[in-house]
Amino acid sequence: MKILLYELKESFFIALRAIRANKVRSILTMLGIVIGITSVVLMTTAIKGIDNAFEKGISSLGSDVMYVDKWAWFTNEDWWKIRNRRNLTMDDYNKFKEMVKLPIATAPVMNTRQTIKAGDNRVDFVFVNGSDADYLKTTNFTFNQGRFYSEIESRSSRYVAVLGSEIAKTLFPRGDGLDKTVKIGGVNFRVVGILAEQGSFILGSFNPDNQVFIPVGTVFKHFLGQSFGSITFTVRAAGPAVLEDTKIEAEGVMRKIRGLSYNDENDFSINQQEGLMSNYNSVVGVIQIAGLFITGLALFVGAIGIMNIMFVSVRERTKEIGLRKAIGAKRRTILGQFLLESSTICLIGGLMGLILAVLLSMLIDQFLPTSIQYTAVIAAIVISILTGVIAGFAPAYAAAKLDPVEALRYE
Amino acid sequence: MNIIRIEHIAKIYQVGSEKVHALRDVSLDIDKNEYVAIMGPSGSGKSTLMNMLGCLDTPTSGRYDFKGVSVSEMSDNELAEIRNKEIGFVFQTFNLLARSDALHNVELPLIYSGVPSAERKERAAQALIDVGLGDRMRHKPNELSGGQRQRVAMARALVTRPSIILADEPTGNLDSKTGEEIMTVLSDIHRKGNTIILVTHEEYIAEHAARIIRLRDGLIESDEVVEPRTLPDSKTGVA
Repeated sequence: MKILLYELKESFFIALRAIRANKVRSILTMLGIVIGITSVVLMTTAIKGIDNAFEKGISSLGSDVMYVDKWAWFTNEDWWKIRNRRNLTMDDYNKFKEMVKLPIATAPVMNTRQTIKAGDNRVDFVFVNGSDADYLKTTNFTFNQGRFYSEIESRSSRYVAVLGSEIAKTLFPRGDGLDKTVKIGGVNFRVVGILAEQGSFILGSFNPDNQVFIPVGTVFKHFLGQSFGSITFTVRAAGPAVLEDTKIEAEGVMRKIRGLSYNDENDFSINQQEGLMSNYNSVVGVIQIAGLFITGLALFVGAIGIMNIMFVSVRERTKEIGLRKAIGAKRRTILGQFLLESSTICLIGGLMGLILAVLLSMLIDQFLPTSIQYTAVIAAIVISILTGVIAGFAPAYAAAKLDPVEALRYE
Repeated sequence: MNIIRIEHIAKIYQVGSEKVHALRDVSLDIDKNEYVAIMGPSGSGKSTLMNMLGCLDTPTSGRYDFKGVSVSEMSDNELAEIRNKEIGFVFQTFNLLARSDALHNVELPLIYSGVPSAERKERAAQALIDVGLGDRMRHKPNELSGGQRQRVAMARALVTRPSIILADEPTGNLDSKTGEEIMTVLSDIHRKGNTIILVTHEEYIAEHAARIIRLRDGLIESDEVVEPRTLPDSKTGVA
């Protein structure tokens, strides 16, 4: 054991000597590993960044919230079948609210897409949510300025609006939106509240930051008739533990409201973000694996470079290997020497790649969220050493089994 | 006491479809503190014999005992160990590590036998002093003359205190004056009790030995004890 450690140490010095002796070549070879490790690390940090953004976005929707809807988020059913379902109406909602016991909050939501203007600033195609004051209880919203609209305001369908942070930023770049008037689809609304940043970019227009909230009555009055379109019941369970019970209760209540007999299929859907998550994982997961594979190819090319240069190195130093064997180097000593040489080159390249990746991810973070993981750092180091060992093995083995007589005669 | 005992060894190489008998049937004993020269024209098998004696190669048939232990059946690792501890090589082309200084070159065999760094440096330095290079330890091979390089190689051969020194045409790459100097060092080493086997094709060089073995076509042609030529200090540049 002790002699092995000793040999390892000496082999390491020999490897360092060899690397220093061929500086330019070593650096060029390293470059392949630098690029490979940089791209792999960047890819993993980008993946992690997007994952984090998605999780943050999802949790801003609330993990204990479900949505009773005409439409299913994810389904194998035929589209026309779902289209032919009855709309969910305010009447349905009022009955639903009466009958359910488990949820801590419910709210009806009617969506419409409208253009919003304030002075010269405008945002097109904004997700406008019409709901009532209870909607706040189904969310985890926090406010930058102002408040959510009150129960009185929502019941009497006042022209009040709560703006998501991104919308407010666009309409009122100076941050003075509170109590100002905005035009939603041509109708004047007074801004009573501006949300703090809630979700993340990844949800797109589903991100509360990109939405506007107004009393549901105003939606029906100005943007669509009540018979038009279907509303969504937002239902918040008392906690993750009772999520399933709440769902079962909601389903039962809905079937009762709809008057379905026991062998009828549901003509509504209960959507949960869980579905969103698994859908995200199945789509993005594939993209991530593909991304890792492609960046992995860069590392593979780097590894081939290492293997190539190690073969050259062994050929070049045949006579030296012969001498080392003649004066007592064993096979494993020679093997270790060349393996250490290739893995040291890879390790140095890997560390340089890691530094480069950290710097680049800081830069990219200005546009896209990235997240350097400790695991990625450790993995990068381990992978670069492994690359060196794997790429260096064939050349090192060739060196180790050289016949000393032949090697000494080599010119 | 025999250091080396060779009995009826043969070495056959397969070159293409042809079998080449490099050594046919060679037997010889070499005792401690002998100074033996092996001579012969090229193709006589002297290189093969030297590789065999140096445990760089194993015979096709026959028996080779080194200090009473059979070498013929040894594994690569065991051979490496014998070469490391028992044999000191001096080559025609010096075979120094070009990018390492004299001290590191001499240290090398000690690295492979696991001598700790401090002791290694001390022994390597002493070996260099013994061959008269005490003031050249930090010089790289390209900063040394041919004779000095060969002295470094000799220090490297001596540093493990081997049982035999195997010198393969040690003067082949040197001018005759420097060659004589190297032979003087070799005689000194012999005088200190070392066993030396010298391979050469030059009569004049072989005359330094006390026993000359002549090979021809893979067989021993003659094996005679001779009076070694003493080295007149003043006489240089002959042959």
